Amino acid sequence: MSFNIYDFTSFTQSIHDGLSSVMAPGWVTFTELVIVGIVFLAFYALTGLALVYIERKVCAFIQNRVGPNRVGPYGLFQTVADATKLLLKELLMVHKADKFLFNLAPYIVIVASFMALGALPFAKGLHAIDLNIGVLYILAVTSLSVLGILIAGWSSNSKYSLIGAMRSGAQVVSYELSVGMALLTVVLFTGSMQLSVIVESQVDGWWIFKGHIPAFIALIIYIVASTAEINRGPFDIAEAESELAAGFHTEYSGMKFAFFFLAEYVNMFFVAGLAATVFLGGWMPLHIGGFEAFNRVMDFIPPIIWFFGKTFALIYIIMLFKWTFPRIRIDQLLTLEWKYLLPINLFNILIVALIVMMGWHF
Amino acid sequence: MPSYISEPHQVIIGEDEKYVVNMGPQHPSTHGVLRFELTIKGETIVNLVPHCGYIHRGIEKMCESNTYQQIIHLTDRLDYMSAHQNNEAVSLCVEKALGVEVPERAKVVRTILSELSRLSSHLLWWAAFGMDLGALTSFFYAMRDREKILDIFEENTGGRLIQSYICPGGLMYDIQPNFAQRVKDLLAYLRKKLPEYDRLLTGNVIFLNRTQGIGRMSKEMAIDYAVTGPAGRGSGFSCDVRRYEPYSAYDRVEFKEILYTEGDTFARYKVRMDEMWESMKIIDQLIDQIPDGPHTAKMKPVIKLPAGEYYQRVETAKGELGIYIISDGEKNPLRFRLRTPCFSNLFVIDKLAVGTKIADLIAIFGSLDLVIPDIDR
Repeated sequence: MSFNIYDFTSFTQSIHDGLSSVMAPGWVTFTELVIVGIVFLAFYALTGLALVYIERKVCAFIQNRVGPNRVGPYGLFQTVADATKLLLKELLMVHKADKFLFNLAPYIVIVASFMALGALPFAKGLHAIDLNIGVLYILAVTSLSVLGILIAGWSSNSKYSLIGAMRSGAQVVSYELSVGMALLTVVLFTGSMQLSVIVESQVDGWWIFKGHIPAFIALIIYIVASTAEINRGPFDIAEAESELAAGFHTEYSGMKFAFFFLAEYVNMFFVAGLAATVFLGGWMPLHIGGFEAFNRVMDFIPPIIWFFGKTFALIYIIMLFKWTFPRIRIDQLLTLEWKYLLPINLFNILIVALIVMMGWHF
Repeated sequence: MPSYISEPHQVIIGEDEKYVVNMGPQHPSTHGVLRFELTIKGETIVNLVPHCGYIHRGIEKMCESNTYQQIIHLTDRLDYMSAHQNNEAVSLCVEKALGVEVPERAKVVRTILSELSRLSSHLLWWAAFGMDLGALTSFFYAMRDREKILDIFEENTGGRLIQSYICPGGLMYDIQPNFAQRVKDLLAYLRKKLPEYDRLLTGNVIFLNRTQGIGRMSKEMAIDYAVTGPAGRGSGFSCDVRRYEPYSAYDRVEFKEILYTEGDTFARYKVRMDEMWESMKIIDQLIDQIPDGPHTAKMKPVIKLPAGEYYQRVETAKGELGIYIISDGEKNPLRFRLRTPCFSNLFVIDKLAVGTKIADLIAIFGSLDLVIPDIDR
């Protein structure tokens, strides 16, 4: 087992060789799928756990208080306690709710975010799904979560849930456009939709620096639009506690609510991870094309630390938004997308196309 | 069924896409137990019926069987944010009826406490308003600063929210020796913190979009519905009792009556933010000159008002509070009527909110600053 923190290819290759020497190739693939699945499940759960704790601490920091500090040292086991509580809760079934759909909704949301998470390149060699249509696949798969939200709202047989789900559906579907188009700028720069190629192309500098102004605009639009996609921050009207008593997941309790809750946080991780991959270089260290000594120093830090560092920096920014700004009204939200973000986006893509043709980027 | 109990509604969407939703009585945004019966079409409110009475405790009836000193403890619990001002109202009415002259020290301290209550009430309003609109951080900032005011109250009167300190004759007991110093320190601290609130909410684009142009109340509407207090002054209705019928020490302080003419939610917001600065100015003018002397006038142990009708109004943080006492010479009032500001301010809401969205209803309701026990008494 050769474990090289800078390049996981040797590690995965050695596992593959080890398995091939004992099993037939079909079984090898099957075992590898099982291993990847288990690793991702564990990662999903752990990320959710960590993010809930981080959110509570960041929220407390902004609000001038301490946050959880009783359960475990520095409150580290708070989320474990929360998860245990949710597991032990009674799963209430709403009167006259559509049973099948009511139970199905959380699973759709989890599956959608799970499938998207698999496509992120975590480090060199740690890339589960490396399709050549990577960006398109991600956009397609994240759109599935809106189904889960609408089904949850409808099947709850409650007016509040229905209002919340309808608002959320409109919001998510609108902002998908902005997300797609913001990602499209980098696809134009790189010339490929494959995520590993996008990361490799940033070896001489991240696209946010190489693509200067249009890439910066695209990053800003992407962060705003994806915060709206995941029903978070100033765009959380779907679950606005002060208006509709938790919106589309009002009627969910126990583990089903935990699924929605978890999916929201891991979605936040995914969205930040995608921004880090596409705009900030993914696992690629900060390189400046031409300064070899600088690049060597930067290479010293393992790529996986780079990836998680960038992702958590963006997560921190997204969390700051939520706890500072008031909520936007639904019609103002849709106005923002259709009258402001979409035209800016289209214009941006035009400029990027011009820049790529003329070679005016670094 | 009696007509005042509405028929239970099923989850049916009517022929013209209207459906009825209940907001409350338990709801994070109706500060207290108030039920709104909303008829919504899509996202727009078509009809709005407020149902109050969930916290009716019969204060007026209870006052008829209590002595005037005991009534102080009951009126505390009306609009609990302005407990001092409620007590002051009853005390002033009783003193007016008896013709008692309150010592200067008591007058000045009453005014200072009254303005501190106004500050604390407006801070809580700001906290809750931001929280209703989604800026959850504003709650913690304002509550942290309000704690300092409540600490002063607790040190001097024994209670944070409900004090029962201002009683007929003056004050129930004298203030602590460090009262003036603590209040001065508090004002210095607040003056540094209030601009932070402006940076957090007032200049925020999202906040301006949520509040400007929403819930426009014209001056005529304010006068018709008797919307007093900051809610009325946001529409240009000049109704500050402190200016028109000065009581306690208000005739010797300089302060501005804050008036804005737009009448929308943002104007009501700005009125309260500016009123906080004015309150601090009033306290500044009085805090260094608290006269020495007795803290209360000599009152008989059993207070009996001469037969007749007496009315007194004060400016609480929410608006004009009126105390109307009909006495027949006994030690209990014959009839004790409270004209509470929140009761009048509530019923303008269906005029303001019809035609807007649910989110706007929250903003309008927050800007009217209603405390539900004041409505229901």
